[in-house]
Amino acid sequence: MQIYLPIAEISVNIFLILGLGGGVGFLSGLFGVGGGFLITPLLIFYGIPPAVSVATAANQIVASSVSGVFAHWRRGNVDLKMGLVLLVGGIVGSTVGVWVFAWLRSLGQIDLVISLCYVIFLGIIGGMMLFEASRAIFRTRRKGSGIRRRKKHQHSYIHGLPFKMRFYRSGLYISALLPLVIGFFVGMLTALMGVGGGFVMVPAMIYLLGMPTGVVIGTSLFQIIFVTANVTFLQSIQTQTVDVALATLLLIGGVIGAQFGARFGSRLKAEHLRALLGLLVLSVCLKLLFDLVIEPSELYSIMPGNL
Amino acid sequence: MPFSPHMFRIAFMAAVTVIAATLPLKNSRADALVVDLSNHLVAITTGFTGTDVLLFGAVQNEGDIIVTVRGPDQDMVVRRKERTVGIWVNRESATFKNVPTYYASASNRPMDIIANDNVLRDYRIGLEHQRFIAATDITEIDQKAYRDALVRNMQNVGLFNQRPAKISFLSNQLFRTDIHFPANTPTGTYMINVYLIRDGRIASVKTTPLVVSKTGVSAEVYDFAHRYSALYGIIAVIIAVISGWVASVVFRKG
Repeated sequence: MQIYLPIAEISVNIFLILGLGGGVGFLSGLFGVGGGFLITPLLIFYGIPPAVSVATAANQIVASSVSGVFAHWRRGNVDLKMGLVLLVGGIVGSTVGVWVFAWLRSLGQIDLVISLCYVIFLGIIGGMMLFEASRAIFRTRRKGSGIRRRKKHQHSYIHGLPFKMRFYRSGLYISALLPLVIGFFVGMLTALMGVGGGFVMVPAMIYLLGMPTGVVIGTSLFQIIFVTANVTFLQSIQTQTVDVALATLLLIGGVIGAQFGARFGSRLKAEHLRALLGLLVLSVCLKLLFDLVIEPSELYSIMPGNL
Repeated sequence: MPFSPHMFRIAFMAAVTVIAATLPLKNSRADALVVDLSNHLVAITTGFTGTDVLLFGAVQNEGDIIVTVRGPDQDMVVRRKERTVGIWVNRESATFKNVPTYYASASNRPMDIIANDNVLRDYRIGLEHQRFIAATDITEIDQKAYRDALVRNMQNVGLFNQRPAKISFLSNQLFRTDIHFPANTPTGTYMINVYLIRDGRIASVKTTPLVVSKTGVSAEVYDFAHRYSALYGIIAVIIAVISGWVASVVFRKG
């Protein structure tokens, strides 16, 4: 069954989009990731204009983050103060990002920048994940998650920064500049790549800020809700590229898929899951890299508008 | 409104009969040409996957027919990729002014047999006679490369037809052809020109408009997104928040 998407202005197969949302939802439930980094490239591969893909994915991530944050909120796993500081950075970063997005689009370079961002980030994150997980698999005597965090009171250059703030829930006394910068950077990625940015933020919170792993996921989900909401809002105003029909279809598929994924995931070992996720991330990265490097069959592209 | 092909044929024949009957009365000139469409409005609804519009007509005396369909004009940027540090990047570009967003033509015999190039060029009939000239300052060779690329890309997305479609004559006087509109058909007012050609010269021209517009839910969503974009953004966020919340409640126990 075909449905005409009002904003993307193309006709798509309704079951294929539901299946896409479901498949990515399954993987996000399985691995505990947002899945934006898979949704956006897949929509582009399917033929949805990149601008619509990125903006609509941001809208869909609002929903998946909201559904995820409640469980963490109930268990008190959200550091509200840290979340708010990250959010301030995130709002500024995503606002700048939407503006940069529109500018790159007018230059005809947005597709390239989206692809490059994906190749770089997916390459680094996927590689690290696979490396770390395979080390953990071969060293099975070590128990636990395998993520070692920095000691709480280890002093480094980070502690010399001004504007220190106390974050009780995380048990930290650090400069507010650091979470502001991280928030800003991840906000830019949300606007440019249509991702929640959890895959950058979570490692940054653990390794750079030294937050306890227990509050990391909840806090990052908390701030992702607002940053992706901001991107949805700004893209609606600036580029009119948010397709609510597409977002709703993805969301329905995603929510159902995530439930199955989460159930299936509990049967696998954590390090095996991380190794699989690493492989998945790397293969998306390689596909995008391949498309950039091989000579395209059509060297010319067209776009309505003026130079 | 699912029209069966059978009903369509009846309607078509009835219309043609009426036209043929009124033909000598309405136009006493030797080169009378009457044309109509099965539908003057292409409605893009939520289930739209493309459609065919039947163009039919009658001529009093034998002749050749060429039909051209031209969508609303738009400026287009054509970009060329070049290999830069190992990857393919958009580098040079050119702007073309007033490019039709849709172009299709049809004829009962190959166009170059019906009329010579000068006639076709003067009336800008056929894709090769459209005056696409890059507004950007580029060389003659590039001009041609960009122009060809523009046509090729439009053909690839189905908005320019690859080759003229076929017009079939039912007798020496009645003719018909189907004009195809793909799923990505742009909205606006289209101009359909029907040329009656005799002895290589244009004997008569009829112009009829066709409106392509969005209707129903998808039209309202699009309109809303463009007219009240801030409100649209807020609603998009609210929908997402509510459905996320509902999902977390429904699946809490699971």
